[in-house]
Amino acid sequence: MTAAILDYATVLLILAGSFFTLAAAIGILRLPDLFTRMHAASKAGAVGAGLLLIAAGIHTGDAGLAARAVAGFFFLILTSPVSAHLLARAFIVTGNRPDLSRLRHRNRKGEGDSPV
Amino acid sequence: MSSSSLLALAATIALPVLALSLAATAWRVVRGPTLADRVLALDMLTAIAIGFMAVFSILTGYSLYIDIAIALGLVGFLATVAFARFILTRPGRKLPDTPPDRPRPNRPGQRRRRA
Repeated sequence: MTAAILDYATVLLILAGSFFTLAAAIGILRLPDLFTRMHAASKAGAVGAGLLLIAAGIHTGDAGLAARAVAGFFFLILTSPVSAHLLARAFIVTGNRPDLSRLRHRNRKGEGDSPV
Repeated sequence: MSSSSLLALAATIALPVLALSLAATAWRVVRGPTLADRVLALDMLTAIAIGFMAVFSILTGYSLYIDIAIALGLVGFLATVAFARFILTRPGRKLPDTPPDRPRPNRPGQRRRRA
């Protein structure tokens, strides 16, 4: 019974983790500039990898390994904003700016297509 | 369907999905266009590799992969930080918003940038 519950939880975590990872990869592939790609990779990517890690941890049924997997998840959650911030800062300081050329805004009547 | 065969099915679904993510991210590494994009994609590649190791550990029951995945996460973070420092201090980069003959005044609270 307990093993079955652990198996079902592992299944849910595997599917959720691979979905988040796929979403982050699609974001990296399709979004227009570094900042939007970073928005995909550093949130969805870290959560996807962390969920898969937790799935592996609880599948073993060993408390020590599960605790290590959860610690690894927290480490990923702590470090991904730091590395994303450092990378974005380096990108800005070297003279790059967000690509606003595809961004349009409409007025209140819903007409007009002027660049921001 | 028993829970263990459901687990095998989930792992069998997860592996191609992760492979697809790996291919998409690797295409971003190849394509660029800037070095920072490649560094970001490499960071994402380490995250996907962590996911792969976790699924392999579930499939094979070899739990040492979890420790390897944690170590890979640490190394990936350090690599991204080092690459960001490299982008920051790379020689020959253009300085933004700075006239060539008049250096920007060093305002309080702002560290002077290295050239």
